[in-house]
Amino acid sequence: MHGETLLKILVCMKQVPQKDAPLKLNESGTWIREDVSYEVNEPDAYALEEALRQREKHKGEVVVITSGPARAQQVLREALAKGADRAIHLEDDKFLGLDAFNTAKAFAAAIKDEQFDLIFTGLQSDDYGYAQTGVILAELLGWPHATIIMQIEKTDSGIRVKRELEAGYFQFVDMPTPAVLTIQSGINKLRYATLIGIKQAKNKPLRKVPLGEVQAALGDNLQKIEKLYVPQKTKKTEHIEGPPGEIAKKLVDKLRNELRVL
Amino acid sequence: MPDTILVVVEQREGKLNRVSWETITAGQAIAAATGWPLEAAVVGSGVNSIASEVAGKKVAKVYDIESPKFEPYTPDAFAAGLRQFLESRQPKLVLMPHTYQVRDFVPKLATAMGRTVISDCVGFKHEGGKLVFTRQMFQGKLAADVSFSSDAPWFVTFQNGAFRGDKAEAGAAAAVETVNVEIADGVIRNKPQEVFKEAKQAVDLTQAEIIVAVGRGIKEQKNIEIAKNLADALGGDLAASRPICDSGWLPMDRQIGSSGQTVAPKLYLALGISGAIQHIVGMKGSRAIIAVNKDSEAPIFEIADYAVVGNLFDIVPPLIEEVKKAKAGS
Repeated sequence: MHGETLLKILVCMKQVPQKDAPLKLNESGTWIREDVSYEVNEPDAYALEEALRQREKHKGEVVVITSGPARAQQVLREALAKGADRAIHLEDDKFLGLDAFNTAKAFAAAIKDEQFDLIFTGLQSDDYGYAQTGVILAELLGWPHATIIMQIEKTDSGIRVKRELEAGYFQFVDMPTPAVLTIQSGINKLRYATLIGIKQAKNKPLRKVPLGEVQAALGDNLQKIEKLYVPQKTKKTEHIEGPPGEIAKKLVDKLRNELRVL
Repeated sequence: MPDTILVVVEQREGKLNRVSWETITAGQAIAAATGWPLEAAVVGSGVNSIASEVAGKKVAKVYDIESPKFEPYTPDAFAAGLRQFLESRQPKLVLMPHTYQVRDFVPKLATAMGRTVISDCVGFKHEGGKLVFTRQMFQGKLAADVSFSSDAPWFVTFQNGAFRGDKAEAGAAAAVETVNVEIADGVIRNKPQEVFKEAKQAVDLTQAEIIVAVGRGIKEQKNIEIAKNLADALGGDLAASRPICDSGWLPMDRQIGSSGQTVAPKLYLALGISGAIQHIVGMKGSRAIIAVNKDSEAPIFEIADYAVVGNLFDIVPPLIEEVKKAKAGS
């Protein structure tokens, strides 16, 4: 990549249940019931924002991709409204049941005719929390990757990224492109969609990819959720109830007589 | 060849990451349940002393997997080197801690081998000859038992704190075998620079006895003041979950969790914090936890000693007054 070249960025996005949505288990106890409110996976929102900022700096194109049933289109619509140029929707209920390995395979198959310089994903999803799909996708494409990224600069030979390590440490990494980056939340400040953006989004291209188009690339899942359940509490929790004033009095009593911190 | 369990300990710049002892403990527990022998490995350049340190634990053998190309760490070198080793030894189960470094290379390694990783597990079950791994889902609101439907090796990573590192059983010095692996030129594509620490951490919350921490439930930056007043009344320190620091409402050095500080105060008062896994790992060692949250299903209540389901804006102001009264009276 050079100063003049255009950047083509793909952002992988996921629709997940809203943060405070009450979840109910399905009858077989293997997944949640569909009747909850959904939102965009928050780390993916930061990945999109970073892609938009890179495009503003270097020109080029931002494409967003997701997989899932019709409802998942909402995250693409929101991304288009915020400024993404076009969208790809792998649309089928069956995509929900894929493990990270097969989801990455489906994405790789859906973009086989595209030539991206960079692929961004959020660093993990708020539902599964596997933190794997981006790295798996890089390996399937044969591209280098870097994870938990807090900064991206274009260089003459590729990119320089800032990785977040644990305990407050960081590291710059120089790497060639094309590459896959998993983006840390907080890398930037998220923008809101504007009214004009929402209007324009309606006319932006959205390619639907049916399961049949990528099925040949998929295999059996390599891991299986045997059972989903409400975790057993390991701690005894005492509920403090009543009107606020009474709760305050009870808490102070605990602080003084049980915890002895007052 | 019998089924074996291999724990890959983590070293960074020639030092053992202590979280590796937790993975050894996990490996010993699975070995006891399955009867499979437990071995360990360290990957690096000139890390024989780490292999020897691990050999002091109850393991059958320790491999020191060496290449000059393992330093500095890159995902390309670690995946290529470990793949060579695993294909020649064929362990059944490969265990690692769920650190940022492991997250960076293990999905690549498993994919290159056509295998999968069950990541960020908090436990395991061995029932009727079947191994399942327990992990948290939906930010800890639900748990799942997950099994492998692929061939070995099976890769599993364990969450920080899921097992007790100090419970790793010692053993009679296990044999250490050095295995040199070849990493061809051109395999490593990333060029990492020196590791550095950003600004010096101004606030050390690890020594705090009382912490009042705020999460998304605080809604707006100006509301932080309410939590600050409570912290002041209690004589404690103010802290936050990641989203609050991401928004710039409090500086990053006030952040508790996997990417911030790990604390264990006498009292941790969580205001409007839902309790995402990344936050919980930083504070679950607190002696007492009081959680105030309007969502009765917030995972923070799973680990709270005292739960207040309600609006923090209703509860905190009278609480500040009551604390002040109590202090004035004592």
